[in-house]
Amino acid sequence: MPVTQAQFRTALLNADAPVPAGLDDGGGAPAGARYDVYRNNVTASLVDAMKLAFPTVRLLLGAQNFDPLMPHFVRAHPPRSPLMMYYGVEFPAFLENFQPLAHLGYLADIARIDLAMRTSYHAADARPLDPSIFQQPPETLEDTRLRLAPATQILRSHWPIFDLWRRATDPTAPKPRTAAQAVLITRPAFDPALHLLPEGAATFLLSVRDQPLGASVEAAQVAAPGFDFGATLALLLENHAFAHSTEDSSK
Amino acid sequence: MYHSSAPSTRLPNAAGVGYKPQHFTDLTRDPGAVAWVEIHAENYMGDGGRPHAQLRALTEIFALSVHGVGLSIGGEAPPDKAHMARLRKLIETYAPQSFSEHLAWSTHGAEFLNDLLPLPYTDATLVRVAGHIDTVQQSVGRQMLLENPSSYLAFTESTLSETDFLAELVHRTGCGLLLDVNNVFISSTNLGLDPRTYIDSFPLDAVGEIHVGGHDEDMDEHGARLLIDSHGAQVVDPVWALLDHTLARSGPRPVLVEWDTDVPDWEVLRDEADRAAAALACIRTP
Repeated sequence: MPVTQAQFRTALLNADAPVPAGLDDGGGAPAGARYDVYRNNVTASLVDAMKLAFPTVRLLLGAQNFDPLMPHFVRAHPPRSPLMMYYGVEFPAFLENFQPLAHLGYLADIARIDLAMRTSYHAADARPLDPSIFQQPPETLEDTRLRLAPATQILRSHWPIFDLWRRATDPTAPKPRTAAQAVLITRPAFDPALHLLPEGAATFLLSVRDQPLGASVEAAQVAAPGFDFGATLALLLENHAFAHSTEDSSK
Repeated sequence: MYHSSAPSTRLPNAAGVGYKPQHFTDLTRDPGAVAWVEIHAENYMGDGGRPHAQLRALTEIFALSVHGVGLSIGGEAPPDKAHMARLRKLIETYAPQSFSEHLAWSTHGAEFLNDLLPLPYTDATLVRVAGHIDTVQQSVGRQMLLENPSSYLAFTESTLSETDFLAELVHRTGCGLLLDVNNVFISSTNLGLDPRTYIDSFPLDAVGEIHVGGHDEDMDEHGARLLIDSHGAQVVDPVWALLDHTLARSGPRPVLVEWDTDVPDWEVLRDEADRAAAALACIRTP
């Protein structure tokens, strides 16, 4: 009796489903536990991918809590593409809806940081913006449009996600504050780095993606009267948050 | 049937290793006998960053094999067009000496299951897989090598042996073969076959590359030996002996050492590559 791939797949991600008939041990006896090798391979390889993909969530939860949770996630959300480097985009929402972890409301945003770090790692290369662009007169400068580097990522949270992330990855770091925080991920060379964004900077960055510089500074000042453009710009330039404006980003 | 108009390229008949990013510095400084490296295609389908920078540097030094693990050649559905386009782009960018994939399936519907799953060997699957290979070779623009799987079970419906199935695919599509000697050892042990008989019936003329690697030992519920393809240990002596047996019949071929899990320090993998090179040297000077 032919075994369809639908039958083979159904039992793969369901440990309670019977082994499909029509599979044997090469000598005519039912395949039995031999089928479990494929079951184990699929689940174990996806669990391993999640451990690599969400290192900070795993640090915060502890491997003893994170690892047993993963088979539930991977069975509910198998990959949708062979590009395993992008696996796990459903994980933040999975955490938000997972009642037993509801008391750790910030975990989903930490998962978003892990995802964004990985996206940044694989993003296209780009020549950084030449800072001399800021030497032009104010009236032309304010109409200038800047382009974020492909590896630049911005995340805003209701939680002190920068402090939580730093504390998870460096136990000697100060205890998290209680404020909401926004973070910036940049990749000056090959390793993405996480930075705390000062007040108003996230508004500025989200605006500058499709607004000229002058309007973006105004938007940031409206959102955060304490917005310090000079300090924000220094942070962004030093960490190559902007790409050279004439370079093609499509690569 | 694929007929290439492009100049044929080949891997050197020398030792290669499956490339791991953590070995980059040591591999480039102290390659030992390694003349070529193999990458998993899907790990280099991002847009930029370190993976591509390392690959550019590696191709300055070594010949390159692009080894896909996500095309699902054995799937019931045709190979994914978007994925074939990614492969084509990667191959155009790095001009590898070899491109290979697996006789297996991994995609079902919209799901990618991240494992190499088995298929029965029948006239119907032969027609289907040959069609998929034709599609891939046309889309990617070059010949592919197809790798024999490691098997833990058999399909009762199969009417062809694996070696006959592969030989017929070569005949119908013009594809080459990647002979994984470790997989032969695993499948033969698991299914009660003789690995040397398998090698002797394999279409060795079509082999463009050989793999060796490590495996784990387990048992099924009846106490029968069950070997698991882990790529996480040294190559065992019976597999080295099977490589010798193969090379004595096939003549020199590119031989790759695979080590993908519990990856050791470079020196350990380099020693394995040196051993593969020694096996090749033996057949050159009988």
